[in-house]
This record gives sequence, structure tokens and C-alpha cells, in this order.
Amino acid sequence: MFAHLQQLFRYRALIQSLVARELKARYRGSVLGFFWSFVNPLLLLLVYTFVFTVVLPGAHPPDLQPFALFMFCGILPWTWFSSSLLEASNVLIAGGNLIRKVLFPAEVLPIVTVLAGLVHFCLGLPILAAFLIYYRVPLVPADLVWFPVIVFIQLVLTLGLALLVSALTVHFRDVRDLLSNLLTLWFFATPIIYALSQVPDSVRRLLNLNPFTHLAVSYQEVLFRSGPFAQWPRLLAVGAGSVLVFAIGYFVFDRLRDTLAEEV
Amino acid sequence: MNVNAIEVRGVRKTYRRYSRRRQFATLKSALLSGRVLSDLRPDETFDALKGVSFDVAAGRTFGIVGRNGSGKSTMLKLIAGIGRPTEGTVVVKGRVSALIELGAGFHPEISGRENVYINGMMLGLTKREVAARFDEIVAFAELEDFIDAPVKTYSSGMYMRLGFAVAIHVDPDVLLVDEVLAVGDEAFTHKCLDKFAEFRRRGRTVLLVTHTLDLVTRFCDEALWLDAGVARLQGDPKRVVDAYLLDVAGTENKTLEQEDVGRALSGSPGGLEGSAPHPEDMSKAIEGRWGSREVEIGAVEFVGRGGPAHVFQSGDPLEIRLQVRAREPVADLVFGVGIFNADGVCCYGTNTDIEGAASGEMSGDGQVAFAIERLDLVDGTYKVDVAAHRKSGAPYDYHRLLHTLRVVSSVKETGIFRPPHRWSFSGGIRITGLDR
Repeated sequence: MFAHLQQLFRYRALIQSLVARELKARYRGSVLGFFWSFVNPLLLLLVYTFVFTVVLPGAHPPDLQPFALFMFCGILPWTWFSSSLLEASNVLIAGGNLIRKVLFPAEVLPIVTVLAGLVHFCLGLPILAAFLIYYRVPLVPADLVWFPVIVFIQLVLTLGLALLVSALTVHFRDVRDLLSNLLTLWFFATPIIYALSQVPDSVRRLLNLNPFTHLAVSYQEVLFRSGPFAQWPRLLAVGAGSVLVFAIGYFVFDRLRDTLAEEV
Repeated sequence: MNVNAIEVRGVRKTYRRYSRRRQFATLKSALLSGRVLSDLRPDETFDALKGVSFDVAAGRTFGIVGRNGSGKSTMLKLIAGIGRPTEGTVVVKGRVSALIELGAGFHPEISGRENVYINGMMLGLTKREVAARFDEIVAFAELEDFIDAPVKTYSSGMYMRLGFAVAIHVDPDVLLVDEVLAVGDEAFTHKCLDKFAEFRRRGRTVLLVTHTLDLVTRFCDEALWLDAGVARLQGDPKRVVDAYLLDVAGTENKTLEQEDVGRALSGSPGGLEGSAPHPEDMSKAIEGRWGSREVEIGAVEFVGRGGPAHVFQSGDPLEIRLQVRAREPVADLVFGVGIFNADGVCCYGTNTDIEGAASGEMSGDGQVAFAIERLDLVDGTYKVDVAAHRKSGAPYDYHRLLHTLRVVSSVKETGIFRPPHRWSFSGGIRITGLDR
């Protein structure tokens, strides 16, 4: 397993090129091109603003203003997370020809998916920054230091799950359908379009078991809420858990590696 | 040069085959029945390779031949490292590049240039190495004008050429080729073959899996014949190819023979009719064996300069030897021989009666040898009739088109007959290279 991880490092240039290709190919032929990476989250933000300011104006606590921006802090990383996993569930099957005919580490494919998602996430950040400045949200520089840490922890968690999901889908195609529904549930079980403080205590205990809860709350605390970053012990616990998830994901992928070329 | 580039030891590859029920079994049903693990276990297995061992010395060009489904491509994939043998070991020394599918991994939306980089890196080059070879790759693929166009706009030939160009410029120590030479036009194929020749000159190892047997005899130093997952024969490519061809012909004949049993027993007339066979009748005739069997022709053997053979150089001597047994003494006996080309045209036919034999009789065992001093036929596959029959033409034992021989010639003339000949020119004509 560690030998394979090391080997993966040798393929970093390939991963880099594949991520670039992924991004280029995605918008090839569209008029706005790369702009879609900015426009997509913007449109999503508009939709949620519409829902929570026009349709359900009283659904959120009054201390979270502007609420759309609060949601945006969670939606942006969630989009990266969920789209990466959904795409990862399909990536080995879509690249089946490659796996069957060319010798190269198959884990490159789900990794590229997650990294391409990361790039999209990063392209959405300027939009977020623009709104933060526009609404004059007070940012604490000491908290912002935590931001890359949160991103990194999410990256490790997503990579681990993506590896797991991609390898399992090859054997059980139903993982794909299961996953899309699971992700919808997961979305609503994460304090993204509501604040954790709004949730009844009994449910909150449940939500606390969800690792993405702590990631979302961390993003909100660092970017949106004023006051010191109090979430860090839980964040680091999630970080440790993410490393474990990655190890498990990679282990499973490694075990199934030899069967991939046959089953795909 | 006695180092082995590839060592294959007792390799078995088992593929799992799931029954129909299992195919439809999904995660849900597996979970519901609580048999996730047992359902993952196949109820049937299929051995694509059943313990194959061979070595390929470094710097050799090695051919693998065999029928469809004999395990050739599986073998190649194991050597390439795509998949692992169920049993046994495969050791390959040096960098391997596999031409299994050309352009696998090309992304249609992006340019040829970017695809070359990505494909090259997938095959194990670094970015810098690809950059260093880039111009050469593009020139080889003859795509200078299109390299910045998206690959989806390429014709299939362009696509394959680019794929081939990248793969071959990986400059591997061991090159694996699976039936990919049929990708381009004639000129490109020649270029590919030149590239292989260059590989050989530089002491690289090439492993070639192909149905183009001609390539094996022309390019390979050694060949292996795989049959149903078992190595049948390894050695001199010509010998291996001939043995393989013979086996294929044998199976074909066996099927035809079986098909013809019914027809033969129903007493189809056939026979040499006491005179030279009429070509028109012969072209309609079908393979098989028939006759009253008072006299039986057993083994039929073709003997060339160096002993029994099935492939002959045009102009070689050929002797057809028959083992004959008379079940009862006969006093009316004619032996006949006919040679037919692939179109069923009779090239030559004769029998002892036509040639003026006064009488023929036989009892017990005997041998017949029919010697041809020069087999002056053009390159091709020929079928041979042998027969023992009465003067009237009524057959004792007639082998119709049952025996195959191949005539090879370095010159591919047309027609049937190849008379010994010579060109000469005088006056202002200069044509060179004809003296071989």
C-alpha cells in the first residue's frame, strides 16, 4: 500500500495534467467557458437567496444576516464534496477502456475528480470574498489562518471517500444511485441552509456525528461569524478521522485494484 | 545477451464467470439475503491460461500465435502488468510499453497536443521526456497540421496514428504489440515495421501477438503457439507457424470430414473417372473421403528436402507418400493424385492408368511414393487428392481435398504455374534487382 502511494507521487505530473484537461474539457464549447466556475455558485446563491428571503423570510435566526451569505459559506464546500463523490462513483466505469488497456495506477482517476472539484471550489472563492467585502463582514485574520486547514481536511476526507466509492461502484453499480440519494440526505443533515443553533438538542447530538457538520460550522465560523474560532478541537478530531477514512479508502481500493480491470 | 527480458513461470489466469442469476444480483439483494461474501464468490471459473511458462531473451523479437480465445491477449496483459496472474509469476525487466489499444485515454474534446502529453505521461514518461520527443511523435504520426485541433475532429486513421506514435516513442525496453499494425494505410504500416526493425537493431525486446502469421515468420526470432491456454510449441517461428497452420487445417478438415460423413456414405460418385479429372466437376466437388475400402489409404505424407513438411518453397521437390493396405487382394488397381488451388482449380492431376500402366494388383500392405522434381507452383495453399480406384473409376478409397500443403515464394506472382524463368534485357533498357 505504501509502495503504491509512493508510486502515485511519481504520477503527480500526470494528475496535474489530467486535472487541467478535466477543467479545459468541461467548458470546451460553452460560450462562457471558465466563467461557469464563477457563475455556477453565483446562480446557486441566487436560488437560495430567493427561497430564504422571498419564500421563507422568517425561517432563519435574525442574528445571521445576510443569511444568503451564511448559506454560501456552506454550499460552496458542499458542492465540491458532493459533486466529487458523484463523479468519482462513475469515473472508473467511464474510464474503463483506460483501465483495461493501459498500465497506470487507477486511483489517479478518482483523485483527479476530487482535485478538479477543488479547483472549482477555489474559483468560487473570489465570489465569496467579493460578497464578504460587500457586506462588510468583519474577518479575523487569525481565524483565516484556519481556512486552508479546513480545506485540507475536507480534501483528505473527500479523497478517502472518493477512492472507496469509485472502487465499490465497479463491483456494485447500485452504489451510484444509492449515493445520489444518500448525498441529498447528507446535505440536509448538515447545518448548511440552517444554523446548528436552530436545531433541537436531541437532533444536534445526531448531527454532531456527521463529520461534515464540523467542516461546515468551521467554514461558517472562520468566514462569517465574528468572534474567535472555537470549533478547532472538533475540527482537528475530524481531521484525524479524515486521515483514517483516507487510509481505509485507499486500503479498500488497493485490495480491489487487481479486480478492477476485469470487472470494469 | 543471455539475460531474459521476460520470464513467465507457470502462469494460470482464472476468470470468474457468474451465472445469470448472479449477474443480476445487486448490492441490495446481496445485503437482503445476507450473503454479500458468498455472492461474491463465483460459481464457475474459466481458465484463460493453464500454466504457461516461457522466457524471452533480451533483444529478441518474440511472436505469439494462436486461435481466437487461446489466451494470447490475456498473456500480453499479464506481461504488461494490467491484471495479475492467479498463479505463477511474470517477471519483466525494464520499462514496458504496451500497444494494446491505440489512443486509449485520448480525450476527444482537447487538442492532439495535450493528448500527446497526457498519453505519454500515462505510459510512464515525464513531462520533460514528452516535450523532448514531441516533434518526433507528431512527425511520425504525420499530423503536423492538425496537432492543435481537438482529437474528436480526427479521422480514425489519424487517431490511431497518433496513438501509435506516442506509444512507440515511449522508447521502452520491452514493447508489447497486440494486433495493431492494421491501423494505417500501406505507407504507415511500412513505417511501423521500420520502427520495429529499429527497435530490434537497438537491442530492445518486442513481443508480438498477431494473426498475421507472415509477420511472425518475417520478423520474429522465436515464436510461441498458444492453444486453449496451453503453450503448444515454442521455437523457430517458421516451425511454430507451420505447426499452427497445420493444426488449423486439421481442425477444419475434421469438421468438414464430419460434415461429409453422411454425404460420403450415401455413395456420392466422384472419383477420377478413369481419366484425367474434369476441372469443372472438380471445382464443384466437396471435401471428404469415400470408397468401397477394399484398399485403404492410411497415412498421407508430404516429404520435402528435409523430411516431412507441409510448407514448400516454390521449386522444391515434393514427394507424396501413401501408406496403403489391401483388406483383400485386388486385381484391378489404379493410384491417382490431384493438386488443387484454393479456388478449386485443378493444377495437375494424373493416375497410373492415364500414364499407361498395363495392370495393377495388390495384397497386404504397401507404400506409394509420387515424386515431383520441382513444385513449380505460385505462392498459396493447395489441397491434394489421393485415390485408389478401379480402372472403371469406382473408388476403393478416395481422399478428396483432405490434404493441405502450402507453397511459399518470396515473389508474389499471380496465376498457378511458376515455370523456372529468367528476364534479360538489352539495348537501352536498364532494370536492376531481378537477380536473386
